Amino acid sequence: MPGTPIRRGDVAKFAIGAAIIAAATGAFAYTAGWLSPGRLTPTRLVAALAPPGGPALGHRRNHAKGICFTGVFESNGKGAELSRAGILAAGTYPALGRFNLGTADPNAPDATVRVRGMGLQLTASDGTLWRAAMIDPPFFPVSTPQAFYDLLTASHSKDPGAMKGFIAANPEFGTFAGWAKGAPWTASYAEDAFNSLNAFIFIDAAGARHAVRWSFVPQAPVTPITDAELTALGPDHLEQEIAQRVAAGPQRWNLVITIADAGDPTNDPSKVWPADRRTIDAGTLVVQKIEEERDGPCRDINFDPTILPDGIAVSDDPFPAARSAAYARSFNLRTSEVKDYPYNATATTGATP
Amino acid sequence: MTASAMTRNTVTGRSTSATPRFSALQRLLHWLMAVCILAMLFIGVGMNSTVTPKYLPLVETHKTLGFVILLLALIRLAVRLVVGTPPLPADLPPLIKLGAHLSHYGLYALMIGMPLLGWGMLSAGGYPVVLLGHIQLPAILAPSDALHTVLWNAHFYLAFAFFGLIALHVGAALFHGFIRRDGVLESMASVSAPREATRPRK
Ligand code: HEM
Ligand code: HEM
Ligand code: HEM
Repeated sequence: MPGTPIRRGDVAKFAIGAAIIAAATGAFAYTAGWLSPGRLTPTRLVAALAPPGGPALGHRRNHAKGICFTGVFESNGKGAELSRAGILAAGTYPALGRFNLGTADPNAPDATVRVRGMGLQLTASDGTLWRAAMIDPPFFPVSTPQAFYDLLTASHSKDPGAMKGFIAANPEFGTFAGWAKGAPWTASYAEDAFNSLNAFIFIDAAGARHAVRWSFVPQAPVTPITDAELTALGPDHLEQEIAQRVAAGPQRWNLVITIADAGDPTNDPSKVWPADRRTIDAGTLVVQKIEEERDGPCRDINFDPTILPDGIAVSDDPFPAARSAAYARSFNLRTSEVKDYPYNATATTGATP
Repeated sequence: MTASAMTRNTVTGRSTSATPRFSALQRLLHWLMAVCILAMLFIGVGMNSTVTPKYLPLVETHKTLGFVILLLALIRLAVRLVVGTPPLPADLPPLIKLGAHLSHYGLYALMIGMPLLGWGMLSAGGYPVVLLGHIQLPAILAPSDALHTVLWNAHFYLAFAFFGLIALHVGAALFHGFIRRDGVLESMASVSAPREATRPRK
């Protein structure tokens, strides 16, 4: 160093280097979304779920009211025609799940929530997991994750024209609104069908790909009721009822896999496939035990629908990716808010059998 | 660090006639990993700021490349313990030397620590850790809300510390190369160039 005068050219090279570092930092900030307030990020999508009063800390940011179950999945082996996933080979496998209501409010009265859901984890013999989160409507209200965000924004907006504007831009929502208004209710989770709605790809042993959707269809006879009748049963009837019902005997759902024909839309869960599509009954979900969420094994699980075993993959449906990003965000939030979660509050009023 | 410490102690200063350079293997690992790590930082913040379908392949790449980095970093550490490092210029002020050493230890800690934090965070969150869609790794921690939160925060904040440290590191390398012109940049500069081709460290 001593005796080596600094040369102008080298200073210029150093300056160029420094400029490259600055540019890389800018590119990093851009990639992180800090320079793009309009970008739909997992953070914004999840924030939009919160009711005007703010989210219920410690709870799932959607489908916040729920109850855990455990049981088994009895696979009859017929699904192996479509997918090489271990869980579809004949056998009996552990199942863990959560019945829930599609609301951000963990204390919402049952009859105020139109959408019911099931989170499910099946574990194959080799330990690989299949997680799913399904709901009871036969189709999704909107076609894209962006439209779902727009729906949340419009429904929480104070602007009286917001919902009108949203419906005009997303006419498929009308079909859902019709279902929400007209479809009968049930008085039990055991009488509801839970549908994947999103299309997935099953890959068979030969590597062939089959676009499918699936449903868990209840074996229990369905007794349709009105929302007024459900209201009369009390705000937490569903959890009390399923606990009593399962204590009296296991409840069953058939896994019905529907195979798309060429040309059926796989990228839009608001569009149902024609009713004559081929289906395969791949086995039975047997729910054997109910546990309260706060002590139960389902609480700290993220039923991310993209946690799939080899033999099942996502399709061109844009929802699973958006859901995976949003569920991770919700999971990160709620696991960091343990102190706000009512572990010990009203521990005796639960529905544990 | 014994081997490298020895090298530094026995080779005094940089007035040896041979040009002290990192071994070819070290240079190869350095540049290969530099590309991978920069990619990882961008993939990390990119995936966490999108809900588009590219989210899923980005996450999968993040996990897989993260493990590749962990393996390469362990190999690199072993190589360094065996082969050592060329001494820093003798006329470098002691504080700067200390800074150089500490920053290198910091970089090693992050190259090894970040993947372990990622792996631990997923394990504590009850997630399966699957690479390339079908290579299932064991959980290294039992599920725990509290641990998940701690590890998530560590992975998140250390990622930005990593970026900052790299920026500092590159700035220092350019300072050595263009302002001090003391041969430090050349000691790592090229993956393939033979010794003779480089400016001797004086
Ligand atoms: C972009 C659209 C969607 C967003 C942003 C979204 C958001 C969320 C969030 C944040 C959670 C809580 C996750 C957690 O903390 O573990 C959740 C849970 C759930 N979602 Fe979605 N969701 C979307 C679409 C769907 C669709 C299409 C379905 C069904 C077909 C669905 C069914 C469910 C169910 C059943 C749960 C509860 C799972 C459990 O018990 O943990 N969601 N959703
Ligand atoms: C050198 C290695 C690694 C670097 C530099 C790195 C860097 C990053 C960065 C920059 C983020 C985004 C932070 C944010 O903006 O939210 C991130 C997130 C993440 N990383 Fe890594 N990572 C590494 C290794 C790993 C490994 C090996 C795994 C898992 C096996 C992993 C799992 C994750 C996950 C799951 C997230 C998302 C966390 C969330 O839900 O917010 N990372 N990482
Ligand atoms: C992602 C980025 C990078 C990481 C993690 C990294 C890491 C390291 C580490 C740990 C060392 C210590 C030597 C060893 O044991 O390998 C080192 C040395 C070095 N790096 Fe980097 N590096 C990165 C990028 C760069 C870049 C972009 C440059 C040049 C512009 C650079 C120039 C150097 C030089 C000149 C040395 C030698 C320092 C000495 O003589 O002690 N590095 N790097």
